[in-house]
Amino acid sequence: MLFDPEIFIQQLLSPAYLWGAFISVAVAVLSLLLATGIGFFVALGRTSPKRSWQAPAGAYVWFFRAIPALLVLLIMWNALPQMFPVFRQDWYTPFVAAVVGLGLVEAAFMAEIIRSALQSVDEGQSLAGRALGMSPAQVMLKVTLPQAIRVALPPTGNEFIGLVKYSSLASVISLRELLTTAQVGVNITFRYAEYYAAAIIYYLIIVTALTLLQSAVEKKFTWTSRTTVKKTKAPAKAGL
Amino acid sequence: MTQPILQVSNLHKSYAGNEVLKGVEFEVRKGQVKAVLGPSGSGKSTMLRLMALLEPADGGSIRLRGETIGTTVRNGRTVHLPERALARQRQDIGMVFQRFNLFPHLDACRNVMLGLTSVQRISHREARERAMEMLGRVGLDHRAGHYPSELSGGQQQRVAIARALVLNPDVMLFDEPTSALDPELVGEVLEVMEKLAADGMTMIVVTHEVRFASRVADEVTLFDGGVIVEQAAPEEFFNNPRHERTRKFLSHVH
Ligand SMILES: Nc1ncnc2c1ncn2[C@@H]1O[C@H](COP(=O)(O)OP(=O)(O)OP(=O)(O)O)[C@@H](O)[C@H]1O
Ligand SMILES: [Mg+2]
Repeated sequence: MLFDPEIFIQQLLSPAYLWGAFISVAVAVLSLLLATGIGFFVALGRTSPKRSWQAPAGAYVWFFRAIPALLVLLIMWNALPQMFPVFRQDWYTPFVAAVVGLGLVEAAFMAEIIRSALQSVDEGQSLAGRALGMSPAQVMLKVTLPQAIRVALPPTGNEFIGLVKYSSLASVISLRELLTTAQVGVNITFRYAEYYAAAIIYYLIIVTALTLLQSAVEKKFTWTSRTTVKKTKAPAKAGL
Repeated sequence: MTQPILQVSNLHKSYAGNEVLKGVEFEVRKGQVKAVLGPSGSGKSTMLRLMALLEPADGGSIRLRGETIGTTVRNGRTVHLPERALARQRQDIGMVFQRFNLFPHLDACRNVMLGLTSVQRISHREARERAMEMLGRVGLDHRAGHYPSELSGGQQQRVAIARALVLNPDVMLFDEPTSALDPELVGEVLEVMEKLAADGMTMIVVTHEVRFASRVADEVTLFDGGVIVEQAAPEEFFNNPRHERTRKFLSHVH
């Protein structure tokens, strides 16, 4: 078998890989934030009783669900600078293009997650908030949203992990994320197994860390007074 | 006789052509407790939701302390107030729901505090003090740090009463406050409500608890077919009803 552990270890600990992993995570985090922001307003539009809100929100989801992320990235990096001079300036790097491109696509999916999370909150909740005299914005921020976040957390975690992997698509616009780093190394040395194995290790570490982070955040949303006591006790008490 | 605190007249409401309220006339005076009985689906909850300004009426008027709420007259036409203005008026009307509707992400104390801090903009510290005091009044200060999922149904409903009460409403509306409770938990909630009535709170209570109605209410009302059918003092209402429909209804619940 041709596998040189020395090359593997050397690459695993190299600054290039570490930087590539960092870029991958950074693209995923920032595009998820952007997607959540856009997705929230698209979700509000989708659930709004007003036609003038529903239509553009529906069109957004329809459009970005249909277009492959790869195509969006190519448009972001190749077509936009050709059409608009602003995108020829220094600030417009592959990193920015990747974050915005993936964020726009992901927003369509986050909108659906946020929409169903908002709709899953019992109607009686906003009714109770309104009965106290809370304004619509207060009802949303203090009553509906905290409960919707709890519902949206698990699927959002999945999307986050998906984005880490989708960030590898940005290799087509020459962003040096994790997979590109591996590919560049392979093109020079032809040590496929060692370089790819190093990439696998990084992806495993990243996704494991994200999974742990996700369950830590979810635990914050269990809403019981005894966080030290295991959850098995709480449901028993609820039936009292 | 003193002026009514809350008064509705000629209240109308339809859902998709189905007329639920057909000109309701109803009023409650300061310190009065009115029990509302009536068959399921007759529109009792709808009447309360309209009085609490949680839904717009199709017609008629609602007056609180003599002033029209929920609507205003603009250019000679009656129009519904925007949600922000309604929110302000709702503070003066407390509402207790059949299914409690406590906020599951807040502990008992914070459930009671939320109206104070976000609506009345009272400081966190003072809100906590007043919330604890109110929880004490419903006998739950020792459960202040518990979340709704950790409380029994009866305890949840008592927190919900405290949550409405802490805002100092002019009138409290109860929509079948004990219907969702296991029988052994009904008593503790009725006890809190009875104490509230004794303290002089103005209350409208939609209920199936005939014994509570006859013991605590000043007046008992039968709501049926979208209108108030009969209205009388408890002894009159239960022993000597004037309307055939009341007699029929009572024969079912007794
Ligand atoms: N939001 C709504 N949309 C459509 N129909 C409704 C709505 N709310 C109530 N209704 C209808 O109005 C009628 C009266 O309902 P309401 O809940 O006020 O009755 P109720 O007297 O409170 O009954 P119950 O004793 O079962 O609580 C019912 O036929 C119900 O289906
Ligand atoms: Mg009802």
